[in-house]
Amino acid sequence: MKTAKLLAATALVAAGGFTASNAQAADLTLCWAAWDPANALVELSKEFESQSGHTMNFEFVPWPNFADRMLNELNSGGKLCDLLIGDSQWIGGGAESGHYVKLNTFFDSEGISMDDFAPATVYAYSTWPKGTPNYYALPAMGDANGWYYRKDWFADPELQAEFKAKHGRDLGVPNTQKELLETAQFFQGREVDGQTRYGATIHTERGSEGITMGVTSALYPWGFKYENTPGKYDMEGAVNSADAVDALEFYKEFYKTATPPGYSDGYMVAGLDAIKSGQVAMGMNWFAFFPGLAADPDVGDKLGFFANPPQKVEGSTLGGQGISVVAYSENQDAALEYVKWFAQPDVQAKWWELGGYSAHNSVLNDPGFPESAPFAGEFLKAMAAVQDFWQEPAYAELLLAMQKRMHDYVVADQGTAQEALDKLIEDWTETFEDEGKI
Amino acid sequence: MSDTPIDRVAKATPPSVASKIRGLSDRTIAWLFVAPSIFLLLAVNIFPLIWTINLSFTNYKANRPNREVDFIGLRNYERILTDSDIWLTMQATAHFLFWTIFLQVLIGFALAWLINRKFKGNDLWTTLIVLPMMLSPAVVGNFWTFLYQPQIGLFNYAVSFLTGIDPSSFEMIGDVALAPWAIVIVDTWMWTPFVMLICLAGLRSIPDYIYEAAEIDRASKWRQFWTITVPMVLPFLMLAVLFRGIENFKMFDLVVQLTGGGPGSITELTSINLKREAFEKWRTGYASAYAIILFVTVFGLASIYVKALNKVKER
Repeated sequence: MKTAKLLAATALVAAGGFTASNAQAADLTLCWAAWDPANALVELSKEFESQSGHTMNFEFVPWPNFADRMLNELNSGGKLCDLLIGDSQWIGGGAESGHYVKLNTFFDSEGISMDDFAPATVYAYSTWPKGTPNYYALPAMGDANGWYYRKDWFADPELQAEFKAKHGRDLGVPNTQKELLETAQFFQGREVDGQTRYGATIHTERGSEGITMGVTSALYPWGFKYENTPGKYDMEGAVNSADAVDALEFYKEFYKTATPPGYSDGYMVAGLDAIKSGQVAMGMNWFAFFPGLAADPDVGDKLGFFANPPQKVEGSTLGGQGISVVAYSENQDAALEYVKWFAQPDVQAKWWELGGYSAHNSVLNDPGFPESAPFAGEFLKAMAAVQDFWQEPAYAELLLAMQKRMHDYVVADQGTAQEALDKLIEDWTETFEDEGKI
Repeated sequence: MSDTPIDRVAKATPPSVASKIRGLSDRTIAWLFVAPSIFLLLAVNIFPLIWTINLSFTNYKANRPNREVDFIGLRNYERILTDSDIWLTMQATAHFLFWTIFLQVLIGFALAWLINRKFKGNDLWTTLIVLPMMLSPAVVGNFWTFLYQPQIGLFNYAVSFLTGIDPSSFEMIGDVALAPWAIVIVDTWMWTPFVMLICLAGLRSIPDYIYEAAEIDRASKWRQFWTITVPMVLPFLMLAVLFRGIENFKMFDLVVQLTGGGPGSITELTSINLKREAFEKWRTGYASAYAIILFVTVFGLASIYVKALNKVKER
C-alpha cells in the first residue's frame, strides 16, 4: 500500500513538474485595492499557482490611494502589474491610452464568451467605447452601493410601536428613498440599549470618490441621466433637471439630519467602523464588504442587508471591476493564462464561495444563489438597476469636479443644489471641450 | 614643517592626471570644479523650470501621452486668473498664512521671553515645548482629526469643560466657519516652538551689559523691552516669519491629513489645489501655468521681504 502511495505521489509530482515546464513559470503580479475581496482572491489564486506553476504576487493599495497609485503606474508605463483589477471608470483611459491589452482575439481563441457574464457587468467593466464589442477586461468583481441595517433594533417591539405611531407603517426595510430618510431620522440621537445612536452613515468623503458615489445613489433613483442623448454630451436639462435638484437636496437633508456628528469626510472604512461599533442603525456601503460584515463575530448575526431603495425608478451606483492585462507587462502570456483560468465556471463558483462577487451567469443564475448568502438576493436586485459614472478617458477630471461641487453644497453649505449642478455642467463642459468631444 | 592640505593633494595626484592639468589656467580649473554643481543645477532646477514654462502654454496632459498637444498661448493663465475657485483657494491660503504666522510669532516670542527667565525646570519646559515640532506633520494631522472628533475628541471636551458648550454641538473639521481655524490651531501648536527657539536665540544674543546700562539710566522694564529687546530680536523674528511664511505657503501634508481640503473647498490651500490639478486631474499644462503664477508670487514677495530684512539688519 505504501509503495502504491509513493508511486502515486511520484507520478503527481512528475505530472506537476511537466505542467510547469510546459510554459516557462512566471512571477505574476496582480494589482488591486486592499480590501476583503482581495484576501479572497489570494486564497483563490493558490489553485492557479498549483495548476500553472506560475507564482502569484499581489500589490494591494488602500482605496483612498488606489486610483492615484495605479493610474500613475499605468501612465508611467510601469511594469509593476501584470494584471490589474482596475475601477470600471478607468476602462476608457486604459483602452485609449493603450494601457490595457485588447482581449477580443484572446477571448475568441480561448472560447471565452462575454455572453456568459451578466450584461451590466460586461457593459461597465469590459467594453470601450461603451457597449461595443471591444473588450479590455473580463468582469471580475460585481459590486453596487447597498445598505446594511441593525435587524435587532428594527425588531425591537418598543421601537416598532413608536415608529408605527409616528409614521403609520412598520419599521422595516425602506421601500423608497424617502422612507429610508424617515427611518434614519427616527434613529438619529435615539437612546438604544443605553447608548446614543444615530441614523445612518452615507458617503461624504472629499478626497477621492466618496461623496460622488453617495450622491449618485440618491440621483439614480430620481432618474438621473448624464446626457439627454447618450453619446452627445448634451447635459443641460439632464444633469440639472428638477428631479436631480430634488435628489441632491434630499442627500443634503440626509447628511444634515440623519448622520452622526462630525461625519463630514466618511467613506467605506468609516462606515464599517460606525456599524460595527453600534453607532448607527443603517449604513450605505459597497456589497463587496457585506460577506465580511455578515461573518463579523460581534455584529454579523444582527445585520440585515438591502439594495438601494428606488424613488421614481430603481437605481444603484455601480462599483466593481474587471480584470485587465497590462500592456507594459513582460508576462502577458502568463497573465492571459490567469484570465482564462479565472473565467472558468467552477473557479467563478469558488470565487463567490470565498467572498468575491462573481459576475458569471452560471453563478448568478443558479437557483440557489439568492439564498446562498444573506445579501445575495439583494445583490441581484441591485445589479439589475446599476448605473455608472462617466467612463471617459478624462474621468478623473470629471470625478474631481463632481467631488468639489457636491461637497461644497452638501457638506460646506455653499450655494443651492441648482447652482451646484449648474456649475458641474460648466466644469464638465470645459473638460469635454478640452477633449474635443463638444 | 608639515605639508599644507594643498601640498598633500598635489602629491597625491597621479602624474598622468597632473600632466594633463598642468597646462590649464586657474580659471579653467575653477570651472572644472564648479561644472558638476552647475550641471546639476541646470538639470534639476533650471531645465524643469524652463520646461514648465513651456508646458504652461499648452494643453498637455501627462496621463495622455498619445494625445495631440496644442499651443494655446496664454489661455491657461487667463483661465486661472479669472477662475473664482482659484481665488478662493488663494484667500484660504492667505487666511492660513496670516493667522498662523501672527499667532506663532506672538506665542513663540512670549514663550521665549518666559523661558529666557532663569527658573527651576527651565530645561525640562524647553524640551516639552519643542516636542510637537519633532513629530511628522502627517502624524500630527492624523491624530488631531481624533482630537477634533465631536463625540470622543479631547479638544471638544476641553472646550466644553472651559465654556460649558456641549462637546458634540460643534465640529471643528466639518464646519465651514471653524475648519479654517482648525488648521490654524494645529499648525500653531506644531510650529510655535520653532519660532520660540529662534526668538530664544535672539534674546540670548543680547549682551547683559546693555540692560545693566539701561538700569543705571533708570529705564523702566517696559522701556527696556521696547528699546532694547524688541529691536535686537527683530531680525531673528523676521527670519522666523520668512521661514514660516515659505513653509506655510507650500503647506500640504498636515492639512490634507486633517481636512483633505474640506469641508467643500474651505481649507483647500493652493498647494493642495495645485496637486489635484497636476496629479489627480492630470491637467499638466494648466497646472504648469498655475505653478508659474505661484512661483512668481512667492519669489516676488520673498525678494521684497529679504530686502526689508537686510535693511533691519543694517540698522
